[in-house]
Amino acid sequence: MADQNKPGLFEKGGKLYWLHSTIDAFDTFLRVPGTVTAKGAHVRDGIDLKRVMIMVVIALVPAALFGMYNVGLQTSLTYSLGWGFWNMFWYGFLRMLPLFVVSYVVGLAIEFGSSQIRGEEVNEGYLVTGFLIPLIVPVDVPLWMLALAVAFSVIFVKEVFGGTGMNIWNPALVARAFLFFSYPSSMSGSSVWVSKTWVPALKDVDAVSAATPLAIAHDGGLSALDAQYSFMDMFWGFIPGSTGETSVVAILIGALILVWTGVASWKIMVSSIAGGLLVGWLGQIGGATELPCYYQLVMGGFLFGSVFMATDPVTAAQTETGKWIYGFLIGALAVVVRLWNPGYMEGMMLAILLMNTFAPLIDHCVVTSAINRRAKKVKTA
Amino acid sequence: MRKFARYFPKYLRIDNFCLIIIIMSNNLDLKKGLDIPLKGVAAQKVVKTVDPGIVALKPTDFKGLVPRLLVKEGDPVLAGSPVFADKQNPQILFTSPVSGVVEQVVRGEKRKLLAVLVKADGKKESVDFGTKVPANADAVKELLLNTGLWGALIQRPYGVMADPALKPKAIFISSFSTAPLAADTDFVLGDALADIQAGVNALGKLTDGGVHFSVNKAVYSSTPFHKVENVISHVVSGKHPAGNVGVQISHIAPIRKGETVWTVSLLMVAAIGHVINTGKLDLTRKVAVTGPAAADPAYVVALPGTPVKEITSVSEGVRVIGGDVLTGETLGADGYLGFFDNQITLLREGTERELLGWAKPFRPKVHSSSWCYFSWLTPGKKYDMDTNLHGGPRAFVETKCFEDVTPMDIFPIYLIKACLAGDIEKMEKFGIYEVLPEDLALCDYVDPSKNDIQAIISKGIDLMIKEMA
Repeated sequence: MADQNKPGLFEKGGKLYWLHSTIDAFDTFLRVPGTVTAKGAHVRDGIDLKRVMIMVVIALVPAALFGMYNVGLQTSLTYSLGWGFWNMFWYGFLRMLPLFVVSYVVGLAIEFGSSQIRGEEVNEGYLVTGFLIPLIVPVDVPLWMLALAVAFSVIFVKEVFGGTGMNIWNPALVARAFLFFSYPSSMSGSSVWVSKTWVPALKDVDAVSAATPLAIAHDGGLSALDAQYSFMDMFWGFIPGSTGETSVVAILIGALILVWTGVASWKIMVSSIAGGLLVGWLGQIGGATELPCYYQLVMGGFLFGSVFMATDPVTAAQTETGKWIYGFLIGALAVVVRLWNPGYMEGMMLAILLMNTFAPLIDHCVVTSAINRRAKKVKTA
Repeated sequence: MRKFARYFPKYLRIDNFCLIIIIMSNNLDLKKGLDIPLKGVAAQKVVKTVDPGIVALKPTDFKGLVPRLLVKEGDPVLAGSPVFADKQNPQILFTSPVSGVVEQVVRGEKRKLLAVLVKADGKKESVDFGTKVPANADAVKELLLNTGLWGALIQRPYGVMADPALKPKAIFISSFSTAPLAADTDFVLGDALADIQAGVNALGKLTDGGVHFSVNKAVYSSTPFHKVENVISHVVSGKHPAGNVGVQISHIAPIRKGETVWTVSLLMVAAIGHVINTGKLDLTRKVAVTGPAAADPAYVVALPGTPVKEITSVSEGVRVIGGDVLTGETLGADGYLGFFDNQITLLREGTERELLGWAKPFRPKVHSSSWCYFSWLTPGKKYDMDTNLHGGPRAFVETKCFEDVTPMDIFPIYLIKACLAGDIEKMEKFGIYEVLPEDLALCDYVDPSKNDIQAIISKGIDLMIKEMA
């Protein structure tokens, strides 16, 4: 349909030219544009941003699928429903679907609208952001809140800066932060990330909530945690939490895809984990926590953040040395917040947002020192 | 090292290992870069010798030249007769490569001189410049200025025509090209060693810093160019752009602010040597006709300014590029071979629209250096590429890919952004003096956001020239 509309109507001077960004977006989604090189290199690599972004979405799929299953599993466990595998998955799928729909519809509408205003092609960055947001918010967040959070983050974190590639903070994380700070009453406490009932048969049963391992460990220490969840439970992901974050295995599959394709920086992932382990270890020997340091990696959103959020190439440090520093500080800060903060037991979101803010500064230091080193080298040569 | 070789020839023959150790001191192994696997490398044979009916002299081949016309239509010229000069430095002459009559002066907008067409008379008469070997710098300069070969000297920073009033820090020559499908210099100029040596000797008089001469390590044992003497030689290995003289300079002796170096292509060194050895200007060269759309990729002997049509047949929907696919200029089927070109690349225009291109798991016909596709599964495969952009222009997102193809001690993305912002101070800091667009040409290729990096750098350089003048 797009190509029938193309000549005349949507071209410059056509009646519906003002819609051209939208039409182009659908048109180029279906077929590679027929644009040929005009300046510079006459041949170009087959890679484009659509491919890069879809790789991230593919890397997120294992975590999303496992998350859907886990939503069903946690519900079934909490209310002793005794569901089978497909029942759990189907329940989780139905719970997640509205979140995905709201996230994409609201986000893409704003994205298309602002591309239209700027007269540019629609950037595919939101493909990833829209997929990330449902995975990092509580599964029973009211949809209107989600819509508001998405609108806020896309408008004020992305579009006002000029769209994908220009933003300073990770839009998906800001959406979560918006929910966290605006609606603490529906999102705070130990039962934050637990699915409550949506099952008709349980309509009259009082909502029960399960605490996340982070909350249990925060209140009761290692013994309380071990009593409820084993390390392997947390490793495989059979624990309450945000949809995408619970399964280490699923996240590692995603990490493998991202590192293999080169879309995300392995340096950020490795250094973030190193930072988390170091501070976790210091906390353990310093008596701030009873947990062995590797527990920090499997609880909460640490690994999900390290793999999918910290590595966003737009908001991360851009120099290779800078990536080591940036990742390390994210991991370290996240665990510092976890261990030495009495109120809020998850630090990943704030650590990444803070380091997003400082990434340009890190890069500036790296680049300046490289320039100074070079100036010295050239002088002595 | 060469002297050493003369005194101990036997020793070297017996113990090549020792030779290698000596060479190691000037070894340059570059790890970063990318060889674009393009189909259509020219077979090592000459299929045709073109005797052009008309040749064109294009002032646009020389960056920084404002031409002043010295002839009018109907004037007779010999090979080596001046046709136009530089307005700022009137002693820099540009000469006809053939004997004949000035047929037409082609002008563009605002009467900008685009080309001077000379109708060849087939007599091949030349101006005699004498065979006296120039004894000093002034003699060399005079010879180059008069023969029209001064334009062959490129000055860095900025890649403009050399200024005769300056003495460069050093002169750099790369004896090989790593550009996609580039003419094989061993085949093209392997028999011109005497001319190259004479050219190098003359150029050496123009600087106190010596002539740096780089040889391709991959063909070190077979190339004749390691026999060139009176040079500081470097053995270079690596993927493209390892053969780029700019990349080599940045490793050998980075250009500081206020310094100038000159570079000369090997083809032009041979032409300079030829004038010294024979007294006659002869720009005849083996031109590699290459590319996936070339029917029979092979070499053609031709002059600069030869019409493309006389060199090769061009079918509909094919782009004719003077030079390689990364840095070449679109000549068009009615265009003329450029002064510096010894390669023509033929590419299909990629106007076809591939259905769901980016979403297909496999696209066997499209090459990608990114591991998001599966080109890495077929490392030896050559691709029938076209001019399709394979995407739409976007803001910068992935930027590590630039560093992976830039074997220089710079931060490409910072330099690019400084150029975009027109920030002179930052451009200086980030190494604008060391680069020409050609050194970052691969960034054009790999960028998933489809920016024209070379155009950005070129604009930055133009701004520098304007502001620093």
